[in-house]
Amino acid sequence: METPVDTSQIVKFATLDDLLALGRANSLWPLTFGLACCAIEMMATGMARFDLSRFGAEVFRPSPRQADVMIVAGTVNKKMAPAIKTLYDQMLEPKWVIALGNCAICGGPFVYPNQYSVVEGVDKLFPVDVYVPGCPPRPEALIEGILELEKKLTGKRRFPEVKIP
Amino acid sequence: MSAIFDYLTQEPVWFYVRLVLFLVGTLAFVGANAAYLVWVERKGAGRFQRRPGPDEAGPWGLLQPPADGIKLMAKQVMTPPGADALLFRLAPALVLMPPMMCLAVIPFGDKLLACDLNIGLLLVFAFGSINVMALMLGGWASRNKYAIISAARVVSQNVAYEIPMLLVVITLLMITGTMNLNEIIHQQAGGFWQWNIVRGIWDFQAGHIGGNILVPVTFLIFYTCMLAETNRAPFDMAEAESELVAGAFTEYAGMGFGVFFMAEYANIVVGCALATLLFLGGWQSPIGTVPAEWGWWGTLLGTGFFFAKMYFLIFCVVWIRWTFPRTQFYNLLNLSWKILIPVSLVTLLLTAGLLKLPNLF
Repeated sequence: METPVDTSQIVKFATLDDLLALGRANSLWPLTFGLACCAIEMMATGMARFDLSRFGAEVFRPSPRQADVMIVAGTVNKKMAPAIKTLYDQMLEPKWVIALGNCAICGGPFVYPNQYSVVEGVDKLFPVDVYVPGCPPRPEALIEGILELEKKLTGKRRFPEVKIP
Repeated sequence: MSAIFDYLTQEPVWFYVRLVLFLVGTLAFVGANAAYLVWVERKGAGRFQRRPGPDEAGPWGLLQPPADGIKLMAKQVMTPPGADALLFRLAPALVLMPPMMCLAVIPFGDKLLACDLNIGLLLVFAFGSINVMALMLGGWASRNKYAIISAARVVSQNVAYEIPMLLVVITLLMITGTMNLNEIIHQQAGGFWQWNIVRGIWDFQAGHIGGNILVPVTFLIFYTCMLAETNRAPFDMAEAESELVAGAFTEYAGMGFGVFFMAEYANIVVGCALATLLFLGGWQSPIGTVPAEWGWWGTLLGTGFFFAKMYFLIFCVVWIRWTFPRTQFYNLLNLSWKILIPVSLVTLLLTAGLLKLPNLF
């Protein structure tokens, strides 16, 4: 199988590009935006015990124009889906999406026959960069998701990976 | 070397040299302050909430402002459809200009000021009011309902707080008798008991009661109005994110938004510098005076005193922001119209009376 070519990488300004990526990775401003119980975990991530601000990602911007990463935290209802799509469209490039929790990834516990109200996975609406599983995920998992997004930008991991024996 | 120095400090050339030095110095000062006050703000927020704050980008998170700057500059530039493109792009420039102009007359040291103007205080307040216009323009040109509501709020808030601030400054002007900022600082020489905040209560040099025995209250009113004028929490109605998305900056992205933030911090610097030199003796030492024969080293020492006082006041601004919740809008206006304006009128009358009192005996 051929390796897919990422079009954004065809023209590369070496050091400048790396600098840009480093800058972006160290100031990922999320959109203030919570849908369900995962949002509570997202708030806990910003608070004293876990502290998202260590990675410069605590600036929750209320306006989609100023946000860089959309953390879809919770169940996406069909009624809510158009609003979320609008918010995503209003965010300016470059933008990223983290699907937080099982509901945002695939519908989670709401997938059953004749289910009529829940969008089964936010990636049916727009592309998602990082999936953070859990119901709801622990705050550490969201921080891991942010680190994973940073790795996607810079190509390097900030901390050594924890190996489970 | 000294020939070049002599040529540069001769009068016709010296004027342009001073102009260039001022422009470069102000740009660097405002830029560095805006960047690193954001760092102080975020780090301070962390400390007040018992968390470390940004500490992964560089030592103590010191590379956080450059990272944010790079990110903001590399963000997509967009004018919202239907917005007034010219005004929308002009507003960030207009909002940063007034605080830079104000820095021209603020003396950072005895000889360290760009323009020794005899109506310096008037110039600071004149340019301070333009800031409101720029914020309103930004909100208006965005073609966004939240931005327009916020713009209207900014105007009514600033009109309400301009009045007590000016009344309070008039009481001080009656004591000092001059609008030249460097002159006002020269009057406060001798030690902390000669600063206006103490001298207003009891004039130790003349040995009689001072011009305004309520001067600590006057200082508090000035500081409160400064917080409201610069749209800082608990009065940040311009950017009330729980009510108005992001207030007047809702449609701004990237560096346009960044410039609004720079202007906010530049305004705080100007406001705190003004509070320092009006009430806390500017570059004067808290004990005694800096000897004149120390020359430029004395000036530098004075600048150190000035920055120590100014940055303490700025730290208090950050402290207040992360301590108090946002007020409601009618409470904000009530505070101004029902408390601050009557109290400042009383201090005005009191000062007028007390200044005449020593002459009666």
